[in-house]
Amino acid sequence: MSRAASLPVIYSAQSVIGMSDFSEELKGPVTDDEQVETSVLSGAGMHFPWLQTYIETVAIGGKRKKDFAQTTSACLSFIQEALLKHQWQQAAEYMHSYFQTLEDSDSYKRQAAPEIIWKLGSEILFYHPKSNVETFNTFADRMKNIGIMNYLKISLQHALYLLHHGMLEDAKRKLSEAETWRHGEKTSSREILINLIQAYKGLLQYYTWSKKKRELSKLDKDDYAYSAVAQDVFNHSWKTSVNISALIKMPGVWDPFVKSYVEMLEFYGDRDGAQEVLTNYAYDEKFPSNPNAHIYLYNFLKRQKAPRSKLISVLKILYQIVPSHKLMLEFHTLLRKSEKEEHHKLGLEVLFGVLDFAGCTKNITAWKYLAKYVKKTLMGNHLVWVQEEWKSRKNWWPSFHFSYFWAKSDWKEDTALACEKAFVAGLLLGKGCRYFRYILKQDHQILGKKIKRMKRSVKKYSIVNPRL
Amino acid sequence: SVLEEFQMEEFKERCTQCEAVSWGLTDEGKYYCTSCHNVTERSKEVINSDIIPNAQIKALNRGLKRKNNSEKGWDWYVCEGFQHILYQQAEALKNLGVGPELKNDVLHNFWKRYLQKSKQAYCKNPVYTTGRKPTVLEDNLSHSDWASEPELPSDVNSPFLESGMESQSDVHTRKSLRISKALQSETSVCSGSLDGVEYSQRKEKGLVKMTVPQTLAFCYLSLLWQREAITLSDLLRFVEEDHIPYINAFQHFPEQMKLYGRDRGIFGTESWPNYDDIYKKTIEVATFLDLPRFPDITEDCYLHPNILCMKYLMEVNLPDEMHSLTCHVVKMTGMGEADFLTFDPIAKVAKTVKYDVQAVAVIVVVLKLLFLLDDNLEWSLSNLAEKHNEKNKKDKPWFNFRKWYQIMKKAFDEKKQNWEEARAKYLWKSEKPLYYSYVDKPVAYKKREMVVNLQKQFSTLVDSTPTAGKKSPSSFQFNWTEEDTERTCFHGHSLQGVLKEKGQSLLTKNSLYWLSTQKFCRCYCTHVTTYEESNYSLSYQFILNLFSFLLRIKASLLHEEVSLVEKELFKKKYSVTKKKSKSKKRRR
Repeated sequence: MSRAASLPVIYSAQSVIGMSDFSEELKGPVTDDEQVETSVLSGAGMHFPWLQTYIETVAIGGKRKKDFAQTTSACLSFIQEALLKHQWQQAAEYMHSYFQTLEDSDSYKRQAAPEIIWKLGSEILFYHPKSNVETFNTFADRMKNIGIMNYLKISLQHALYLLHHGMLEDAKRKLSEAETWRHGEKTSSREILINLIQAYKGLLQYYTWSKKKRELSKLDKDDYAYSAVAQDVFNHSWKTSVNISALIKMPGVWDPFVKSYVEMLEFYGDRDGAQEVLTNYAYDEKFPSNPNAHIYLYNFLKRQKAPRSKLISVLKILYQIVPSHKLMLEFHTLLRKSEKEEHHKLGLEVLFGVLDFAGCTKNITAWKYLAKYVKKTLMGNHLVWVQEEWKSRKNWWPSFHFSYFWAKSDWKEDTALACEKAFVAGLLLGKGCRYFRYILKQDHQILGKKIKRMKRSVKKYSIVNPRL
Repeated sequence: SVLEEFQMEEFKERCTQCEAVSWGLTDEGKYYCTSCHNVTERSKEVINSDIIPNAQIKALNRGLKRKNNSEKGWDWYVCEGFQHILYQQAEALKNLGVGPELKNDVLHNFWKRYLQKSKQAYCKNPVYTTGRKPTVLEDNLSHSDWASEPELPSDVNSPFLESGMESQSDVHTRKSLRISKALQSETSVCSGSLDGVEYSQRKEKGLVKMTVPQTLAFCYLSLLWQREAITLSDLLRFVEEDHIPYINAFQHFPEQMKLYGRDRGIFGTESWPNYDDIYKKTIEVATFLDLPRFPDITEDCYLHPNILCMKYLMEVNLPDEMHSLTCHVVKMTGMGEADFLTFDPIAKVAKTVKYDVQAVAVIVVVLKLLFLLDDNLEWSLSNLAEKHNEKNKKDKPWFNFRKWYQIMKKAFDEKKQNWEEARAKYLWKSEKPLYYSYVDKPVAYKKREMVVNLQKQFSTLVDSTPTAGKKSPSSFQFNWTEEDTERTCFHGHSLQGVLKEKGQSLLTKNSLYWLSTQKFCRCYCTHVTTYEESNYSLSYQFILNLFSFLLRIKASLLHEEVSLVEKELFKKKYSVTKKKSKSKKRRR
């Protein structure tokens, strides 16, 4: 399944250390592309734990804090220290005393206690050598039922813990329990949690579905089991879509959910539905800016063989958010093929933009495109376009890309790359440029001809010495 | 009317899930919480009175009433609660080795005097009868369960017993109060004790109301009267180490003495006693009780500075030879005089000596006389001692301040660390949870059960070897013996390196001195000095921290005491107010 089903940031902030590690663990390896997929509740309220303690001390003024408050807060620090040092045993020892905050006579602290205890306790039980799934289950079930405030959050995290331990069925059961939990008034925060719980349930169903689908693809259509499996596949998809669709309508980053939902819609031929979901996910202004949303939409449209102009408009937005994304080279190709002149100009911008990023400096395709395209632009009498791009870069590109050091090391590592870069360097800096001269001096049998051609082109088109 | 009563008994408990009190009835007649939908086991038995035969209601009603009685427990007064705590504390002191007279005579006497002075008993018009007509209601069933309670100090064979704890008016009060309680319970009961509400509202000028910290003031007064070998700091440390009942002392009350509501504020404590606070309360109580001058503190008493100095010198591993110097300071300052030391509450200004703090302050002064503690001289004297000790390995070694510092620093840091850890692990909550009202009771008990279960679960994760239980009580916190090779014992070391002979007298090699306080504050704030740590030498800071940790007081309190000792010692210097004061040379 898509293990990218990461733990959403349910807690608006890490008011106690610990849960962060825990959630890291739960994330598991990201198996999809290189896109990092995260689910973050949008508009989560900010929370500054340190500010709270500060306010408390101010409010107390000169009055002496009760020893109960002093020792329990000291206890909390000891637990945190032990957790940082991975001393699970000590942490458990202090935890034993920290439970008494559930009975704090200060009602504000008493109400905050279950959540803190849950975070610390689950962290300890996650790592403690003497702990096991059973211990964790008991703890989670107990903590859920202290008050009603934390039932849903804990249920969700409990399910994620079980998932981490590969106990899919139990996780599913926990989610179902949480889903049908009877509670008081429906608050908006609770609604989000319920949606999230349902969506995770949907994700688990998706996992089963996609396993079944794989089975199905292995089966012969005439196989007697085929229709049964096919029926199964259908049933699952129906449930899943119900579970997921509510969540992804709310503003937020729901990558794994959206992806699996769209996959199922596409599988059953509901292209319009899929497109609507993706368009909404990418363009709804209430949603936080999310590059993945545009990538999904682009990939979908590409699969649907959508017209070029449509693809360009999607990638334009991605270009604004992530100008270094690898799809930018595809974007450039699309722009180059376009008939509009403004697209041609943008195509040049995009290439320069990609190479502004340190992570892309060795991307030979980008350099190859740039070399070709700069030459083409210059040949097409658009010297101004090139000059415009170069203006902001001429101060730093020479040392960033075209130093003597880079010439040497590029040539050593990848002669083809060095050639492309040399060509660009020559065009932009003139034939006197060090990088260009260094590559020129190298005697290479196969590339000899190419270099000669390059030399000619540079002489003819370099912007440093425009044809007078 | 039966029905009316029934309605009074309507389900008013808090929901165990969400703490709300908002019940609805399910189709099966069970109560469910309208805010969180939690369904209880409790069901409303009477839905429609027309259908159910009268007899059954009556039976139900009787059952409820009886249950009610056992749930509400005995009738008891707040002062009886405190009496119970005092009794426990006196027992604990007896177990610590204090003579039995303390419990049987002294404390009992003080307590009786208190009840009398505060008009709660042993007087013509106890406070409770004022403005209330005693209603006679002959109901001997629960005729003072307290009178037959054998454990209370009032029943200990003592001359005061004959006078009878329960005067006639007492009985009347009790009955009238029982009525008023019955009335209260119909509105909203606010305490388990009979007079909890009135008690917390009682505000009279000059009245010293009992509080839990006050019980320690009583204990300390009794110890002082008996001139027992327990200082105030010892007493408070024993409290902190749970050798003397204090935190949650109420949980040892008899099962039938129920506490809730206002009792929570009266008997619940979430802090350890504080030295300064108990010290002040002691004087307050003694003045209120109008006690006569206490037995003299003479040189053979434990509380005499000469003896206490010896004790603390041993405790912090300083040479025995220093004792003659502390005695000298005590003599010069007049601090050893019985008139100075003896507590006299009816004197013009009632004040008692902080015996332990003062003795420690004397030691600090002597250390300053010998080593100056300016972060300089003590180290050069240490170099001398080191060299001398290397050359003369067979002789009695000279006291080396540096070596002492190193050993004490390590021991002190370890002790303090352990202390802090133990405090952080302290369990404050009693097995009997205190709750505000009957409505809160199930929630409080459920919480308690939850905590106990969680603790059980986590205790399985802790190493099976439990931390070596309760420390046995000791007036010493450090232990230094000659046999211990790891930690040098300095008791037998000599001060030869820091003293020099001149004619027949011995002088300190160091002839300088600095005063901890140049000018005392004369304004009305409670402290006469201020202690800004960073203004003082590191050695001085260390020594103050060490001693104040031993006494569990703030370093500033000790600093103040040091300044006060210096004020006596350098009286002349203070009157002339010279900036540089030289130490007095003195004879031995």
